Amino acid sequence: MLLEIKNLHANVDGKEILKGINLIINEGEIHAIMGPNGSGKSTLSAVLTGNPAFEVTEGEIWFNGKNLLEMSPENRSREGLFLSFQYPVEIPGVSMVNFMRAAVNEHRKYRNEAALSASDFLKLMREKRSVVELDSKLANRSVNEGFSGGEKKRNEIFQMAMLEPKLSILDETDSGLDIDALRIVAQGVNKLSSPTNSTIVITHYQRLLDYIVPDKVHILYNGQIVKTAGRELVLELEEKGYDWIKQEVDGK
Amino acid sequence: MKAEETYLEIYRQYSDVVAQHSAPLLNSRREAARTVLQEKGIPDISQEEYRHFDLQKALSIDYGMNLNRFVTKLNPQDVFCCDVPNLSTRLLFVVNDQCSKEPLKVALPEGVLCGSLQDFAVSHAHLLEPYYGKLSADSTDGMAALNTMFAQDGFLLYIPAGVRIEKPIQLIQVLHGKEDRMVNRRLLVIAEEGSHAQLLVCDHALSSKKFFSNQVTEIFVGKHASLEYYELEMDHEDTVRVANTLIKQDEHSSLLMNGITLQNGQTRNNIDVKLAGEYAETNLSGMALADQNHVVDNHLFVDHVSPRCTSRELYKYVLDDTARGVFGGRILVRKNAQKTAAYQSNKNLCSTREARMFTKPQLEIYADDVKCSHGTATGQIDEKALFYMRSRGISEVEARLLLKFAFTADVIDNIRLEPLKDRMKMLVEKRFRGELAKCAGCAAAGK
Repeated sequence: MLLEIKNLHANVDGKEILKGINLIINEGEIHAIMGPNGSGKSTLSAVLTGNPAFEVTEGEIWFNGKNLLEMSPENRSREGLFLSFQYPVEIPGVSMVNFMRAAVNEHRKYRNEAALSASDFLKLMREKRSVVELDSKLANRSVNEGFSGGEKKRNEIFQMAMLEPKLSILDETDSGLDIDALRIVAQGVNKLSSPTNSTIVITHYQRLLDYIVPDKVHILYNGQIVKTAGRELVLELEEKGYDWIKQEVDGK
Repeated sequence: MKAEETYLEIYRQYSDVVAQHSAPLLNSRREAARTVLQEKGIPDISQEEYRHFDLQKALSIDYGMNLNRFVTKLNPQDVFCCDVPNLSTRLLFVVNDQCSKEPLKVALPEGVLCGSLQDFAVSHAHLLEPYYGKLSADSTDGMAALNTMFAQDGFLLYIPAGVRIEKPIQLIQVLHGKEDRMVNRRLLVIAEEGSHAQLLVCDHALSSKKFFSNQVTEIFVGKHASLEYYELEMDHEDTVRVANTLIKQDEHSSLLMNGITLQNGQTRNNIDVKLAGEYAETNLSGMALADQNHVVDNHLFVDHVSPRCTSRELYKYVLDDTARGVFGGRILVRKNAQKTAAYQSNKNLCSTREARMFTKPQLEIYADDVKCSHGTATGQIDEKALFYMRSRGISEVEARLLLKFAFTADVIDNIRLEPLKDRMKMLVEKRFRGELAKCAGCAAAGK
């Protein structure tokens, strides 16, 4: 078991958004979390990564046998958690190279490994850049500054490739991508997946799930997981929308 | 007693001692300066320009002055074995306010004068006569007057017409001694027509005593001459630095000034640039990294006297703890100065809630065909960027450091002296990591 979420409640600005989430993810699995706008999908990813704007009021999260809620955001990352941001942040003045070198070396330090030499690091950058066909020019620019929407998302997957996480959360990674960019991003994710690492794909649409095939699909609605099924659920949602789920839940 | 009375009294008693240990040219300016100090006094905080810099309080301490010119025993070369590498082989030292008499190891182009102001004021009195004290005489600043009254030596760089000095010259000014001390430092830089030079002045306080450095720098940039002037302050918290830098530029001249405060106690820099000839260009860059309860106050005044001149200002502050930053940016475009282009930018980062920034752009434009802009912004570390970096495994401390470092990047990029640029990146990073204080402390403690 890689991730276990037990009865998770979380607030933002005093308003309860997550109202008792339960979820188990095993090594090598791909889970899709779908749901209408405002159901709490992004809140879940924010809570998992330790965004200080969100307050956990109840419940537990266990990651790889460790209590995730007691860890700082940086330690969660070093333990192998990765979030591909829905809105990647621009950081003027910090070059991609320096940003990634700092990140990779902090991960290595955490594992008691020596820092990479400059040449080994650049070699690693080159190798991983090819996974998402990221232009070398982008790697020399400031983090996300002036990147197009597609470039930002590719840059997220590039960072994921660099950090080799155990669990990746792709938060609306498909939003704002044209079909070619979507394919490149999805292929990148697939290349990186292995029997020991897992992925959570948060999305509105079926599109991305045509490329990244989930083992399990969860529907998040009103702060709770209201339905879990296999990949066939994706097709059902695409056909019927979310209204029938809402009726089912609200009708209870 | 107000500070000016104290120093007027000292002058009354010791003016002959001051004169005796100096040069006639320097002595010839003292009396007029005394009159200015008597009339103008030393500013107190009731004056708008000095609201945030309490000079009267800073001067209430009884600093001693070394008017008899006892030589301070120090081999500065020893002190700098670890901390500051020699950027150039053309290295000179000023210990307190005495210029080292050792000749430069490397010969400079013919006609260049570089070294003790006092010596050259004797040997080349005619040459310096039209320059020394001419800009400071127009200044109404009491501190500049105080300097002129007491300055006995200093540093001179004279570049004759048409001479280009290809390698930078570095001047290291140290504060050193067993007692609290006020020093009146004097620098004079004359770049004659068509000449070129790069000068880097580094200030260091080496002894853990209270120091007051009152400096006046006069810079003349002649027709078609270009000068790069870099200042780096790495003093300790018991240092007060007041520096009046007075610059006059002739037509088609170009000046790049970059003033960096890396470590300090209380610092007041007044930079006055007079664009006296057409097509003169001035670039003023600077940054201040202040922490604890330190103060950095930069006041710029660019006077567009002539038409078709350009001025650009970029000043940045990073304030930690309860540090205070002050920026005053006055630009005067006189009626005659048509086709002026004047740009000013001041950006500040307060990384704690207690840090304070006071900024005041002040544009006075009397010509009607000009391009002028100014912008100022003061903010905190971008929390979104901080979280983004942490979510990649970068510790909060390191992430803050990278963000602060990034903030200063464009000021460092304005440095055209490549070795200094690299050096500055390293020093700024060390400074943010808190390693600089340690190292400088070691260097001082070991002596």
